Amino acid sequence: MMMSAEMMLIATMVLPMAAVVPIVAAHRYANLREAVSIVTALILIYLVVQLYGLTSAGVVVAVASAPLFAGLRLAFAIEPLGMLFSLVASILWLVTTIYAIGYMRGHHEQNQTRFYACFAVAIGSAMGIAYAGNLLTLFVFYEILTLSTYPLVTHAGTAEAKQGGRIYLGILLTTSILFLLAAIIGTWAVTDTLDFRPGGIFGANVTAAAILLPLYIFGIGKAAIMPFHRWLPAAMVAPTPVSALLHAVAVVKAGVFAVLKVSVYTFGIDLLAILPTTDFLLYLAAATVVLASLSAMRKDNLKARLAYSTVSQLSYITIGALLATSAGVVGGAMHIAMHAVGKITLFFCAGAIMVASHKTEISQMRGLGRRMPITMTAFFIGSLSIIGLPPCGGTWSKWYLMMGAIDTHHWVIMVVLMVSSLLNIAYLLPIPLHGFLSSDGTQSEKGIKEAPLPALLALSVTAVGCIVLFFFTQPLYELALSLLTAAGIDHG
Amino acid sequence: MSTQLAILPVVVPLLGAPLCILLRIPRLVGLFAIVVATLSFIASCLLLLAVQNAGGLLIYEMGGWPAPWGIEYRIDYLNAYLILLVSAMGAIILVPAQTSIRRELQENRHTYFYTAYLLCLTGLLGILSTGDAFNVFVFLEISSLSSYTLIALGSDRRALTAAYQYLIMGTIGATFIIIGVGLMYMMTGTLNMFDLFQRLPEVHNSRTVLSAVGFFIVGVCLKLALFPLHLWLPNAYAYAPSVATAFLAATSTKVAVYVLIRCMFSIFGIEFVDTVLPLQQIFIVLALAGIFAASISAIYQLNIKRLFAYSSVAQIGYMILGLAIGTELGITATMLHLFNHALMKAALFLAIGSVVYRIGSAQLNHYAGLGKKMPLTMAALVVGGLSLIGVPLTVGFVSKWYLVVALIDKGWWLVVVLVLISSLLAVIYVWRIIEWVYFVPPRIIVDEVREAPLSQLIPVWLLVGANIYFGLDTTLTVGVSEAAAAALFGMLP
Amino acid sequence: MNIIGHYNYWIVVILMMIGFYIVIAHGNLIKKLMGLSIFQTAVFFFYISIGKITGATAPILDPDFELYSNPLPHVLILTAIVVGIATTALGLALVIRIQEAYGSIEESEIQDQDTQDQMECQLEAYGYQKHSMMSVKTLDE
Repeated sequence: MMMSAEMMLIATMVLPMAAVVPIVAAHRYANLREAVSIVTALILIYLVVQLYGLTSAGVVVAVASAPLFAGLRLAFAIEPLGMLFSLVASILWLVTTIYAIGYMRGHHEQNQTRFYACFAVAIGSAMGIAYAGNLLTLFVFYEILTLSTYPLVTHAGTAEAKQGGRIYLGILLTTSILFLLAAIIGTWAVTDTLDFRPGGIFGANVTAAAILLPLYIFGIGKAAIMPFHRWLPAAMVAPTPVSALLHAVAVVKAGVFAVLKVSVYTFGIDLLAILPTTDFLLYLAAATVVLASLSAMRKDNLKARLAYSTVSQLSYITIGALLATSAGVVGGAMHIAMHAVGKITLFFCAGAIMVASHKTEISQMRGLGRRMPITMTAFFIGSLSIIGLPPCGGTWSKWYLMMGAIDTHHWVIMVVLMVSSLLNIAYLLPIPLHGFLSSDGTQSEKGIKEAPLPALLALSVTAVGCIVLFFFTQPLYELALSLLTAAGIDHG
Repeated sequence: MSTQLAILPVVVPLLGAPLCILLRIPRLVGLFAIVVATLSFIASCLLLLAVQNAGGLLIYEMGGWPAPWGIEYRIDYLNAYLILLVSAMGAIILVPAQTSIRRELQENRHTYFYTAYLLCLTGLLGILSTGDAFNVFVFLEISSLSSYTLIALGSDRRALTAAYQYLIMGTIGATFIIIGVGLMYMMTGTLNMFDLFQRLPEVHNSRTVLSAVGFFIVGVCLKLALFPLHLWLPNAYAYAPSVATAFLAATSTKVAVYVLIRCMFSIFGIEFVDTVLPLQQIFIVLALAGIFAASISAIYQLNIKRLFAYSSVAQIGYMILGLAIGTELGITATMLHLFNHALMKAALFLAIGSVVYRIGSAQLNHYAGLGKKMPLTMAALVVGGLSLIGVPLTVGFVSKWYLVVALIDKGWWLVVVLVLISSLLAVIYVWRIIEWVYFVPPRIIVDEVREAPLSQLIPVWLLVGANIYFGLDTTLTVGVSEAAAAALFGMLP
Repeated sequence: MNIIGHYNYWIVVILMMIGFYIVIAHGNLIKKLMGLSIFQTAVFFFYISIGKITGATAPILDPDFELYSNPLPHVLILTAIVVGIATTALGLALVIRIQEAYGSIEESEIQDQDTQDQMECQLEAYGYQKHSMMSVKTLDE
């Protein structure tokens, strides 16, 4: 295709958003509408992969608009971390779209057109976040992502969905306006720039940076650090594909991605390491890891348990950023991908169980493995990846996070990471084990009854993905390493 | 022609108004009013260009009498910009007015509506153009009397009491202003603002000048509905015909803010005002109290026009806050928000007008399920609401950004926090509407409701487009606001 | 500079306060307008009296006189009087319409009627909200 790299970059954002038009236009023809979604997803992957090829060959791709105000621009630039996030989000969008087709039809959901349209906008804004070249752009797309996912969360339109939507929007908008916007404007007032630069932009201004760091960490509510994590369980009222893609991949990863990006390119890890507020936030993230895991154990609703597990896992990445060491950053960046693939598998399974057997509570799922063997196997693999056991991808990211904790002599963090792995085992593994080994007591239902084929296909793909990422982790690792190079971090 | 440019935007609607009465045929009057307002708008575009060419100041001597004896029109960036805004709003709001008032007003009152509307436009543009303190009062009363009439035309009987209330408060405010002008004249023997600015320092120590400042500012604050002098506003906006509400919300309080800026900077001089009155402290307290009290009241309103009326009171608080900062950045923020808020409120009230046109009610509970029935109008309402909240890529974000930067520059961190918290209150009241519109199932009678007619949709979406366009391309708004603020501070000795 | 010498200001202030008091204290809409007129008239007096110069005559050029009163405030106040008349006329017109619509021109009675309207609207709205929420729930089940 004869497109310049800059045009491709813009197209990654414009294409999904523009796809809204044909999706809405085709609202009477379900097949056409979903074909548009899939074709868009395919083109998006093509574009992102092309861009990956170009940037890894060393081509610099950056675009900026005319100044909006005060000399600030909407600017986009591709760097390794954004590349990683966009790869994960775009590939999983395709998988989720296929899954959603099976799920939405199997579940006879209403307003499917609105669903696909908002989904496309959400992915477009996730791309905008990934390629954001300055804090303003990041903030703009961050807010669009919040707003475009609100209709998805409240999709059911019930009083419960409305309530969930209120919490979702309330927390995300409150944190972003009260803290993130304040932090960004504060940064601008202090440094006169909002650009992402290797080594950060604060220079010697340690006091200002120390005050602004907590504002950023709390302001990026999508990273769900306690006490601002309540929106994520609340968002589980959404249909499962939404929970899968947005609340395991796009939205939450946009949060931790922003945390990593701000840590690396706005503060710079050298500065981060000496800030007095870093340790406090680090321990808060560690507390989030443990407390969220404990909450997850007490949830009987499968999606709620997965949501709390996500809260816990997101703080791994925050920890990775705040450790302010090369291994921590590598671990954090890799965990974005590893956790995404693992958690989306789990959500796909939860949705498949809901569609095929109408079960939402874990206590009802005993013996389910015999009726849904593929789903439960996938669930098992996904669980292993989240726990961080071989042969699944999650092993590597946890390895690097541990290394980071050891490098910086944060023994408490190391213990927390280990305890959390045990907790993960305790709340995830019993589900597939009971599924296969226990019996549900009744003999009424026999035979295999899996979810619709597209859903099954999607969850198998991601489950295989978990294993593939263990054996073929090199490209991911290289991407993380080039992040270190791009950010000017010394890594031996 | 070009020498008369300064006065054209004012004179055209002034002449148009009596002609409306002569024309009599309602439809013809409506079209005529659009033509008049558009001519006035074109004249004000040319005027802004002329001011730019003239290096930022254009002086017109009324009737050829030189100042300070004659009345002088002084057009600089500050008022050229606002003249453009007011005449643009005046013209665009007349388009949906054609259909909207057919629903809300009796046939025999249409002509009066357009007459009062054009007179109100004349008054507002006159206030903006003139450089004579007493002339400000005269135009203020022209605009006020015609806006009382516009409000009283509302179909609800409460419109009458609202108009009466406004008449009492407005007249007291205007009388305070002439007392202030009289006291100034007593001490200086001149009414020309520029002349006053030069002569007042000689008599700064007198108590008379002090009370002149007091009377003038209190009078203007009544007009601009600064908390706690805002009591007339919610009812007036709630029960006036929808297009009249849109027009008044978009222009009239903005013009009052302009008068306040002029008074503080171009008549008394900001340094003098600051030394004699603790105006900065008073304004911060009142602005913040107004922002919070009015935003919280807005959350509890059931009438959506009243809801946005309270939100207007809150937004005026932001403008006064910018003024209270007292720096060039602060004034820039105020000027930007003047313009941006006019765009938001015009879009919102016109969208509400379309709903009233279709369902005959502005009660929030009657909006249930309209998201499906009037998708485009409701989408406009949502975008306008987002702009009010200050979501990025809308004008509201630009305003907020500049206000917060000005506050940080001044070092008022606590106020920064309060401003950001207050925008969350806006989220609440906007989201209350969204939940009614999209999540509450429609009533049975809503079934027959259709999308608003094109003559209403197009202006609404033009304004919504402007909300986004000026959120992206701020060369005009920020550029002129900065130039105007710089010019105001340039006048300082 | 004695107190008596400024008697014109005293009259103005007293008239103003009388007018202002009537506007605030009286519940009858017509009486309020009368108060408003007194308030405005006080300001007219103020303008006229500041134009007066002791021993001066009307500003008609005549070789016999050297001292003239300042005509400008008088001219200004002509404008203000016109505005005042317009205001009063509009106010009275509004009162007539209010009398037609409410059957009363007493502020308290009008307010009572308005509050009642408001209450009905609220009852309708909340009743409807509760009702519709319940119907959604039943649909779910």
